[in-house]
Amino acid sequence: MNIISVRNLHKTYNKGKTQALKGVDFDVRQGEIFGLIGPDGAGKTTLFRILTTLLLPDSGTAQVDGYDVVKKYKDIRRHIGYMPGRFSLYQDMTVEENLTFFATVFNTTIQENYHLVEDIYKQIEPFKHRRASKLSGGMKQKLALSCALIHAPHVLFLDEPTTGVDPVSRKEFWEMLQKLKTNFHLSIVVSTPYMDEAMQCDRIALMQGGEFLTIDTPQGIIESYTDRLWSVRSDNMHRLLTDLRKMEGVQTAFAFGESHHITVDASLTFDVFRQKLTALGHQEIQIEEITPSIEDCFMHLQN
Amino acid sequence: MKVLKYLLIKEYKQMFRGYLIPILFVLVPFALTNLVPRIATQEVSNLDIAVIDNDHSSVSKRLTEKISASGFFNLRSLCGNYMEAYDLLQRGDVDFIVTIENGFERILYREGAAKMMLSVNSVNGMKGGLGNNYLTQIVMQYAKELNEETRNSMVSPMNICPQFLFNSQLNYKPYMIPALMSLGLILLMGFLPALNMVSEKEKGTIEQINVTPVGRVEFILSKLIPYWIVGLFIVGFSMLLAWKIHQVVPAGSIALVFLFAFVYILTVSALGIIVANYSDTLRQTAMLMFFFIIVFALTSGLVSPVSSMPDWAQEVTRLNPVRYIITSLREIFLKGSTFTQLLPQFIPLCIYSAVTMTWAVISYRKKQ
Repeated sequence: MNIISVRNLHKTYNKGKTQALKGVDFDVRQGEIFGLIGPDGAGKTTLFRILTTLLLPDSGTAQVDGYDVVKKYKDIRRHIGYMPGRFSLYQDMTVEENLTFFATVFNTTIQENYHLVEDIYKQIEPFKHRRASKLSGGMKQKLALSCALIHAPHVLFLDEPTTGVDPVSRKEFWEMLQKLKTNFHLSIVVSTPYMDEAMQCDRIALMQGGEFLTIDTPQGIIESYTDRLWSVRSDNMHRLLTDLRKMEGVQTAFAFGESHHITVDASLTFDVFRQKLTALGHQEIQIEEITPSIEDCFMHLQN
Repeated sequence: MKVLKYLLIKEYKQMFRGYLIPILFVLVPFALTNLVPRIATQEVSNLDIAVIDNDHSSVSKRLTEKISASGFFNLRSLCGNYMEAYDLLQRGDVDFIVTIENGFERILYREGAAKMMLSVNSVNGMKGGLGNNYLTQIVMQYAKELNEETRNSMVSPMNICPQFLFNSQLNYKPYMIPALMSLGLILLMGFLPALNMVSEKEKGTIEQINVTPVGRVEFILSKLIPYWIVGLFIVGFSMLLAWKIHQVVPAGSIALVFLFAFVYILTVSALGIIVANYSDTLRQTAMLMFFFIIVFALTSGLVSPVSSMPDWAQEVTRLNPVRYIITSLREIFLKGSTFTQLLPQFIPLCIYSAVTMTWAVISYRKKQ
C-alpha cells in the first residue's frame, strides 16, 4: 500500500522563471524510509512543502495518507509530522512546554502517545525545564523529532534533519528513525544532501534540478552501475585530476575525498594506465578497483 | 476553541518570559500620562522682554511694572534706545520689545490716546502670538484702570470678558491626556501583535504551526486576545495615573472610556496583524508600522486640531481611527458626553474594527 503517491508534479517560482519541480513521479510505501537525496537546490524542500500542504503545486497531483494535498489539506495536517530543515520550535519555551504545546494543538496529550517518543524523549527529559534555545544541536533535534511525533502521525516528513549535525548525533538520529520504522511501522520521508546516509533508507530517489534521476533501493542503484570504477592516487593530486580528464580511455574523473574516482573503458588495464601516469611524471601511484558508492552513482547519473 | 485556550496559554508564557515587554506595559502609560503633559504644555510663561522707556513718566513706569508683575514676562532689561534692545532680541536674550515714546503721558492726557510700539520675535509663532495677546491684555487693563482713575474721556472701545466652557482655566492636561492615552495604545497595541506575528515568521516557528490543524481564526485570535487584555489594563492604569498625578478624571462615564478604548484596541491590533501578514521580516513590519503610526498621530488632532486643517485634509482624516478615539475621549473627559452624543465617533470606529479584523484573518495564509 502506498502512503504517498505523486504524479507529474510541477512547481515554478518567480512567475515561471525558476523551475523548482519539473514533473516528479513517485510512490512511498507504507512503513518504509524513503530518502530524497540531492544537492542544495535540487527541489527537495519544495517537494516537502507541497506534500506538507504549505505550498500549492502548479500542476500534477499528490496524495498523502489517501488525501489530496490541495483539496483535503485539512485532513493531511492531522496525520503528518513535519520537521523543517530549520529548528522551528519556540526557543523561549522549555522542552516540556514545547512538547505539551504541540500535543495540545493536535488535541492529544503527552501521556497518550508517550510510547512513540519515549526512546527519544527520555534522552532530553533531564533537561525538560530548560529553554529550547539553551539546548545543544543534537538535543534540539531530538526535541524537534519528539514534537513532530507526539500526535502519532501516519507519515513523518524530515527535511534535511542531519544537516549541520555532528557525525555521532547523525548516526544516533538514523538509529532512532530505524527504530520508529520497525517498532511502529511508521512511514518516513527524509531528505538529505549526504550521500552516505542513503544506505540507511529502504528506497531512495536521487534528485537534481527539480527532477528525479532514479528511484530504487540503494542496493539496486549500486547494482545498476555497470562501469568499471577505479580509485587513483598519486603524489600530485591536483595535476593528476587534470591529467586524468585528458587521458584517453578515461571516461569520467572526479575528486572524491582523498582519491580520485574514474570510470574507464573496458580496454584499459592497470598496467597500461600506470605506465601512462608514470610517463606524465606522477609518483607514488596507487590504483584500486572499487565498488561504487551512492555518490558515484549520483555522479554517473548526472552525466 | 479548546485549541485556542492552549494557544493563549502559550502566548502568555512567551509574553512574560522576558521582562522587557511587561515593563513597557507600565512604562509607556507612565511616561505618556505623567511626563509628557508636564513638558508638552501649550501654556506660555517666562517670556523675556525688554522695555525702552523714553518717557520716564509715572504712567510709563506703572506700565512697566504692570508688565513685569503679570507673571508671564521676565523684564530682562530696560534699554536706552531701540538699537540696544534689538541687539538683545537678535542674540535671543529677549523675544519682546516694548517702546514707549517720549511724551507718552502728555499726549495720553491731552488727546485721550497715545501710541506705543511692540516688537515681537515670531520665529516661534505660537509663543509670539500668545505673548502678543498677553501684552495687549495687560495694556488694555491698564488703560481701563487709568480711565477709572481719571474719569476723563479716554476711549475704551469695548470690554471683552471671555468665559471658557468645559475647561474654565484652559488647563492643557485634561485635553492632552486622553490624546496621549490613544497614542500609547496604538504604540503598544499596534506594534506588539505585529512584531509577535512577524517574528514567528522570521524564526520559522510559523511553519510548524501551519502544518497543524490549528485554524487561522484561532491563530489570529491567539495573537490578539492577550493584547486586548493588556490594552484594557493600560487604559485603566493611565486613568489612574491621570487621576492621582494630575487630578484629571473623566467628566463622563468611565465605562464609556473603556468601551471606546476597547473598540479602538481591536482596530489597531488588527491593523498590526495585517501589516505583519504582508511583510516577511521584522524590519519591514517595523518600518510600515512607524509610517502608519506617525501619519495617524499627526493627522489625528493630537497636535493640531482637525477643525483647523484644510477641508480636503479634514476629509482624509476620516480614514484615521486615531481621530475618532481622540475626539471621543476628549469629549468624555472634558464635556462628559454621553454614548448617544458620541455615536458619530463610535459608528466609524466599529466599522473600522470590523473591516480590519476581517482583513487580518483573510490576509493570513497558511498556504502559499
